[in-house]
Amino acid sequence: MSRRERIWVQLGCIAVSLFMGVPLYLITLAALSSRESLNEFPLPLLPTSLSGETMSTFLKSTGIVGGLVNSLTIGLSTVVLALLLGLPAGYALARYAFRGKDPYQLGLLLTRALPIVVLSVPLGRIFLDVGLYDSTYAVTLLHTALALPTTVLITSAIFLGVSREQEEAAMIFGASPFAAFARIVVPQALPGIAASAMFTFVLSWNEVLGASILTLNRRTLPAQVLATLADSPLAFRFAGGLALVLPALIFIAVARRYLLNMWGTTLR
Amino acid sequence: MATGTRSRGPLLLILPSIIFMAALFLYPLLSGIWQAFSGPDGFTTAWFSRMADDPYFWEATRNTALLIVVLIPLQFGLAILMALLLRQRPRLAGLHFYIWVVPLAISDLAAGLVWLSVFTDRGYLNSVLDHLGLGSYAWLSFEHPGTMFLAVVLAELWRATSLVFVIVVAGLQGVPRDYDEAAEVFGASYWQRVWHVLLPQLRPSLQVALILRTILALEAFAVAQALTGRNFPLLVGETYQWYYTLQNPNVATAIALVVLALSILAAIGYLRLMRRTPEVG
Repeated sequence: MSRRERIWVQLGCIAVSLFMGVPLYLITLAALSSRESLNEFPLPLLPTSLSGETMSTFLKSTGIVGGLVNSLTIGLSTVVLALLLGLPAGYALARYAFRGKDPYQLGLLLTRALPIVVLSVPLGRIFLDVGLYDSTYAVTLLHTALALPTTVLITSAIFLGVSREQEEAAMIFGASPFAAFARIVVPQALPGIAASAMFTFVLSWNEVLGASILTLNRRTLPAQVLATLADSPLAFRFAGGLALVLPALIFIAVARRYLLNMWGTTLR
Repeated sequence: MATGTRSRGPLLLILPSIIFMAALFLYPLLSGIWQAFSGPDGFTTAWFSRMADDPYFWEATRNTALLIVVLIPLQFGLAILMALLLRQRPRLAGLHFYIWVVPLAISDLAAGLVWLSVFTDRGYLNSVLDHLGLGSYAWLSFEHPGTMFLAVVLAELWRATSLVFVIVVAGLQGVPRDYDEAAEVFGASYWQRVWHVLLPQLRPSLQVALILRTILALEAFAVAQALTGRNFPLLVGETYQWYYTLQNPNVATAIALVVLALSILAAIGYLRLMRRTPEVG
């Protein structure tokens, strides 16, 4: 490639990075500006008057801390439940050939084509009937259903990468199948399982429609932000935006190594 | 290996997930279909006619279709371009990759709020215009549907292109470099190689990405809600309105079934289209 083409490639990369990065910078700047400087016009484009005022007002608003706690509770419970149900299934897919394997995998893929909205509204009525409406359990169950197919597919890909021989060797030396699984397979699969857990957590953290429909008072953070959107000042919305974006930055930084496998190939 | 307990093992392992999915996917789906067609006197299409009588429904359908038609080609063009740029191994490739995939984990509500800070009347875009002495513009006003639409498209382009990008990059890793090099030896130009060598091999990845992105674009709503309120209604946003503000779950379910039908149509359409087109070249 010629020198000129190299320069064009570099410029192209920088342009895309600016498009992706500048909005992130701006929302951070807006959320970390004082209320006064947000009322100025034109807005300062450099971080000249940083202040935690906007963020702390946001955190003190009604329902925000509660929403944060609900979001964390639901996110973590979803991770645990999805792994409890999904790990064994992922292991079965990776290790055994059995009747019904293909229809099962096809069914998992099909559920991913189902819009969340089709499930949420009927689930609202079902949960009302069984007394789960407006609880963190209701949202946890919905989020687990959304995350389970991905959890099964990701973990089965991870278990395929763990050597079968070592596991069998452990059993020959007297370990029970469960002990062999817990002491040989799990440690090797752990980083991948952690990445899948984070994926589930982010899915739950971001999901807003179902969480809004299934709750009234026990809202998650995004559901709370959405419900009060129309009557809240701009500063509140910017602070809410940053609060919702932050976990994404951390998640991508930690899970970067697994991204291509998780979104790129396994999830296709 | 084929003893009785052994062959039952895998079924026991997948059984909990099957029961769970039946209870939380299949049952609500069936119950939703029933809910959309049942009234006080049994079978009814009243909910669907109420849905169709609402002018917001048709506006939302039009907006959703428009968003998909404009957004998806832009998104695929940009994602393929990004993947090709990265394939040239630029400097700081790791940093660029990180910045480009961050939106993967950002929700559409958050994306709407991020771009609100840009497009709102006293926001950053108008501040920049003001610094340049160009005056400001009401980008998100309902009097300017064109720029309102532009804002929603940009926010969605920003948020959801990384999903396509990651699928394309993963697909490119499976394309052997030899093919590309062989075509180069025979004198094919760069764009000829992209068009005749790379893209045909990427077809399975692109097909999956197209179906996935269309279904997800059909579900977008919070992004428009955050940017424009109800001035730019989308189908799923209308479900939310009927359920939440108008307290009518039956009409909400009816709209949800329309979204489901459109998703299925899109999936079938793409599968047929991609299968039928003869090999490029």
